[in-house]
Amino acid sequence: MEVPRFWRETRARYNLEGVRCGNCEKVFFPPREVCPDCHRASIGRMEKFKLSGKGEVYSFSTIHSAPDYFKDEVPYIVALIKTDEGPMVTGQIVDWEDGEVQIGTRVESVFRKISEQGKHGIIQYGFKFKAVRRALK
Amino acid sequence: MTEIGIVGYGAYIPGHRIRTGEIARVWGANGEETERNLGIKSKSVPYLDEDTVTISVEAARYALRRCGVDPGRIGAIYTGSESHPYAVKPTSTIVAEAIGATPHLTAADYEFACKAGTAAIQTSMGLVGTGMIEYAIAIGADTSQGAPGDALEYSASAGGAAFVIGREKIIARIDKTYSFTTDTPDFWRREGQRYPSHGGRFTGKPAYFRHILTCAKNLMEIMDTSAKDYQHVVLHQPNGKFPIRAAKQLGFTKEQYETGLLTPTIGNTYSGAVMLGLSAILDVFGPGNRILAVAYGSGAGCDGFDITVTDEMKNYKLDAAPTTASQIQGRKFIDYATYARFRSKIERGGE
Ligand SMILES: [Zn+2]
Repeated sequence: MEVPRFWRETRARYNLEGVRCGNCEKVFFPPREVCPDCHRASIGRMEKFKLSGKGEVYSFSTIHSAPDYFKDEVPYIVALIKTDEGPMVTGQIVDWEDGEVQIGTRVESVFRKISEQGKHGIIQYGFKFKAVRRALK
Repeated sequence: MTEIGIVGYGAYIPGHRIRTGEIARVWGANGEETERNLGIKSKSVPYLDEDTVTISVEAARYALRRCGVDPGRIGAIYTGSESHPYAVKPTSTIVAEAIGATPHLTAADYEFACKAGTAAIQTSMGLVGTGMIEYAIAIGADTSQGAPGDALEYSASAGGAAFVIGREKIIARIDKTYSFTTDTPDFWRREGQRYPSHGGRFTGKPAYFRHILTCAKNLMEIMDTSAKDYQHVVLHQPNGKFPIRAAKQLGFTKEQYETGLLTPTIGNTYSGAVMLGLSAILDVFGPGNRILAVAYGSGAGCDGFDITVTDEMKNYKLDAAPTTASQIQGRKFIDYATYARFRSKIERGGE
């Protein structure tokens, strides 16, 4: 990914920052300019809205054959997460044990390194997810 | 005088561990003997996607979740580390963005071997104490490496802690800070070098012990205190032996040093070491507990702190983030080959 594009998407990637329609209150991630339901009524009323990072696994697949940068991480899991606020978010699941990730597994977001542009390029950070194991203590 | 102190804190320790015996096995050393000599059973290992930035961000987020300070009121972020992912481009700006503190703040990175995080606390105290800013976040985090086969490989580990420094709703008051600094070449890493060099036995007496003991003694003299006035002590812990020997020489007992001594299980987290030890103590001990904390950085210097837990600690939402203790044991033990891959000591070839 090009540096300018990554930089534009930083807030969304770091903080799961989406938008909420001021008309119907529906939440969108990634952010969009206009609400697909309210159209004109939403123009100028799309407010920044930070997702909590909590949600559950809607579907997932285990990747065994990966693009170059991710080769060292195979096998890894990429999942579609249904966030508590509504939007579906795609993300990698980290720190999993065998059989732990199932449809419906509760997850929370973590901050990790996503990729590096070679040894000289920028390092891209952002959200991934991990299973919620037990009550925090 | 304005009271300054810790308003919130959070700790992050990567979940992978490697045992001392496993590293010893690869280099033909006696595992039990190495474990005994160093006082280290295992150390934390960062996964491929964990580095000083991710550790710093998670620790800072945990701290904010617990104290509830609005990120917009944070006027400064300083991150101390000797393993910043970029040689040029600050860790602290990434942290600032990731916790929602941008853009109205100042930020910079610190480097002073293992005491860069406590230097960040002192700078934060200055800015907060003079009223220049409301809150600051001081972070100490590292993912340090020892050269394969070097003695440091048994100890160099990963972890970090973030402290929110402020004037209001202080959960632990910093009564005094005092530093002792000299030019001592006990440990260094030249620009562009991957692994550090050290002065072998020279790292002990003239370096660690001289600075730790002098700093602690001078601070206690300034405060007119002695070891018995503190419930806890946490000293820099490059291994599991040095801090115990130093604590005993200062007159402290096992009850006083055991809670803050994490190196035997997680290794030396460098800039994270004393800050994680302090976080482990604050997790457990309530109002009235007094703590002596002394960080040591090679090169060399010590930052000492006299800290008292306040009544405000009763209102602190500790449960809003994982405790230090819950992260100490780790999640998964790995073998040396996996460790070497995680730390890029071996690389995929033939392509
Ligand atoms: Zn709408």
